[in-house]
Amino acid sequence: MKEEARNFETDLAVIGSGIAGFAASIFALNRKINCAQVGNTGAVAYTTGYLDLLGSNEETQAAIDNPWEGLEQLKKSQPDHPLSRISAADIRKSFEQFTAFLGECGIAYTGPSETNITALTPAGTLKKTLCIPATMAAGPKAFADKTPCVIIDFKGLKGFSARQVVANLKDKWPDLSTARITFPEMAKGEVYPEVMARALEVPATRAGLAELLIQTAGEAKVIGLPAILGMHRPDLVKTELERLTGLQIFEIPTMPPSVPGIRLREMFEQVFPQKGLTLIPQQKVTSLCFDADSAVLNLRDNYGPITIHAKAVILATGRFLSGGLTAHISGITETLLDLPVSQPASRTDWYREGYTDRRGHAIHKAGIEIDASFRPLAQNGKAYHERLFAAGIILAHQDWIRGRSGAGIAIATAYKAVEAADQFLHA
Amino acid sequence: MTPTIIGKPEGTGNTTIETDVLVIGGGVTGAGIIRDLALRGIHSLLIDKRDLCAGASGGNHGLLHSGARYVSNDLHSAIECRLENELLKRLAPQCIEETGGLFVAVAGDDPEFAARFPDFCAAAGIRCEELSPVEARRLEPQLSEKLFKAYSVPDATVDPFRLALENVAHARMLTDSIYRPHTEIISFEIAGGTIYAAICRDNITKSTLRIQAKQYVNAGGAWAMDIAGLAGCADVSLIYSKGTLLISHDRMTSHVINRLRPPADGDILVPGGTVSILGTTSVRTDNLETIQPTMAEIDRNVIEGAAMIPALATARYIRAFSRVRPLLQISETEDGREATRGFALLNHTSQGLNNFCTITGGKLTTFRLMAEKTSDLVARRLGNSESCKTDSVPLPKGDACRWTKPGAAPRFWYQANNADDMILCECEMVPQSAIDEIVGAPGAEQEMTLEAIALRSRAGKGPCQGSFCGIRIASYLYDQGYYHDKTGLLHMRDFFNERFKGMRTVIWGQQAAQMELAEALHCGLLGLDSLENE
Repeated sequence: MKEEARNFETDLAVIGSGIAGFAASIFALNRKINCAQVGNTGAVAYTTGYLDLLGSNEETQAAIDNPWEGLEQLKKSQPDHPLSRISAADIRKSFEQFTAFLGECGIAYTGPSETNITALTPAGTLKKTLCIPATMAAGPKAFADKTPCVIIDFKGLKGFSARQVVANLKDKWPDLSTARITFPEMAKGEVYPEVMARALEVPATRAGLAELLIQTAGEAKVIGLPAILGMHRPDLVKTELERLTGLQIFEIPTMPPSVPGIRLREMFEQVFPQKGLTLIPQQKVTSLCFDADSAVLNLRDNYGPITIHAKAVILATGRFLSGGLTAHISGITETLLDLPVSQPASRTDWYREGYTDRRGHAIHKAGIEIDASFRPLAQNGKAYHERLFAAGIILAHQDWIRGRSGAGIAIATAYKAVEAADQFLHA
Repeated sequence: MTPTIIGKPEGTGNTTIETDVLVIGGGVTGAGIIRDLALRGIHSLLIDKRDLCAGASGGNHGLLHSGARYVSNDLHSAIECRLENELLKRLAPQCIEETGGLFVAVAGDDPEFAARFPDFCAAAGIRCEELSPVEARRLEPQLSEKLFKAYSVPDATVDPFRLALENVAHARMLTDSIYRPHTEIISFEIAGGTIYAAICRDNITKSTLRIQAKQYVNAGGAWAMDIAGLAGCADVSLIYSKGTLLISHDRMTSHVINRLRPPADGDILVPGGTVSILGTTSVRTDNLETIQPTMAEIDRNVIEGAAMIPALATARYIRAFSRVRPLLQISETEDGREATRGFALLNHTSQGLNNFCTITGGKLTTFRLMAEKTSDLVARRLGNSESCKTDSVPLPKGDACRWTKPGAAPRFWYQANNADDMILCECEMVPQSAIDEIVGAPGAEQEMTLEAIALRSRAGKGPCQGSFCGIRIASYLYDQGYYHDKTGLLHMRDFFNERFKGMRTVIWGQQAAQMELAEALHCGLLGLDSLENE
């Protein structure tokens, strides 16, 4: 096939296809900014579906029940934390817009409330998070009310054991029991959540599963399943199963890459083009430079090279896993523009001796610096370029792992970066 | 075959065990001694405070030296290595991969030394063939373009774990000799120049054990000086050299690659299964128990190694480890590498004892010869006139290392062809049935930890270093009812913390991405960093 060079022009280009990148595109759509989103699908398939804002104090590791109070404290103890740069009102707005968009596109979420939700994990531990998919909402509620409940797992599904969930929760939730069933038409060998989820989009499979659930539930009125309730219409699959069984049903995330993450990715890939956004996922941007009146992005897909001219760019390329940052034996660099990276003096300081040390590791606080308008800083301490903005966990001075704040940083900083880019575009 | 554990002591009860010979130290030398003795019809008991090959025997390159490494500075060791290399290739081929070795000089190395190398080898009787740089780089495309001299020698690689396990298994088969892990020597009962008993502690049950033997052998490796000291002997003089090595994610070469220069840092790269091992540095140390790789040692190995194989500079490493090597002290030198690589057998008669000896120094390649010399002395003292047979009797191939051997698990799994037997460790293809077998094995601890399971299989040895399979195995063990409370989570956390020790110094490149994902799962999602909070 003959390769054909293609050129696009857009007002805003978003580089990165993780939560921050998708959030930036949503906010750009809401502001009616002409937008293109490019770059490798980042770690979005690794999300559990939970949207954390601030679940834990980065320094003391104390669980946080009220993230809004937690943010107030964070502003005092870590003023350079990305979330400390953003007003609570803006953070709330960003979550409202993000979850509302997901809901309109068929993946309903609980909106941001005053307190964190105590959510369940596949190991039977608990985690504080702000917003969760509607398919998971009944779980934390049943846990809070100690409602009698059966956790059900499937023959051949590895990495999710109902007995494990129950073993670790039973002292807090006495009326919890387990059962194992065989997924309809999947009796032999290993079964995969993604395959089960897609199968449940079919009414006949739902009817078959509903029958099994009724037989298994016994006296319980609530049942928990691994996250397999459909891929494209999870809310419908859940509602239908509840109608067929007369039971309340909730999902527990499985080990990533998991269905809730794939749902988000596939939904974005389907919806964004329909809404007029140019989406080129799965392709790495090979270069970014700036000419007199635009930013120039180069990448290529199966059909050949692509050049995008954009009036503004948001860098949301993530950290090591997504390739935004690169760790070398000699230090950490920013991959696309070689922006200066705030980092520990030597590799010796990257990690503490103890892996699960609750104080966290210095490597996670490495990242790029930004100014008040979310423009990355160059070596001279000034904005690298007036057209360049940054968002997400590539930003320095945060430990999203210990802080349980990954989605919060991604969504809230994307909101601010788009806001700043919008101001620049209309200046 | 699982090593038998006998006389399980209960609580603080005092159990007595009798044997002809007590061998202290479960490295390859100790394992070799009990086999050698068994071939002479002698019953023995082997103990180790931890487990087989927990010291230097398990912490090295796995290199079966041709001897060429020592030709320039230790002719005696070079010749010993050559002879043992030839013998082991013939008698224990199942533990050896005949990779062949190359010695390569690159720009900056001493051309005169390189030119004299064949003469050195000839003096030791070692086969050495010059290759043109083009030929060498055809054999090993990863070699540096700056290579100017290359020789091939009969180096090979050896699996010390399998070697030890099969020596122990053979000794057991022959005379019912016994291996007892986590049994630590505390003191000796001595009267009139004779040791009557060794008092030991079971490090798992914490109970005391009294072992009565006619002869006592100290094969304690780096700990030999301390053990001799317990018997009042002051004639064992060792210096300790800390060596740090790295394991790469990929097998970088098919041959053993040595730098053609006098022994120095980072000058040997040894393939092993699907990985390669690069090392080593050499630093004097007094610490035998808590050594860890340092960033400086890692950097030094990588920089030096990259001079031979440039790809080592950007390779992905999955692990680094340090071990202490015992070196015989001949003279006070700063660099441990100049102390002799030879071994010494001390009969301790000068210390007033008539049934105690210490074997120390040496190297993996010469373990059999060390065992032979020791067993000669012990047999003579017992009045046994049988001669050594380990130089002619092949080492039987056992089933002892069914799940430890790289590549074995997928084969068993494939043969069994049971679709319901799911793979739990996807890097190394360890299935559920392997875990069942390990936790159900005779001698398995009452409650086995994930670490203990990983020691007995390849689980956690691949690129993800247990990040994913640790979760899956724990989940499976909950599922089987083996865990029924928080213990499984604590074991998971401890397992990840333990694996991390070996990863901490090599986290860059792809490994940094791997670690970020692992930590997001273990801490961000599962909360293993705050289990106490609940």
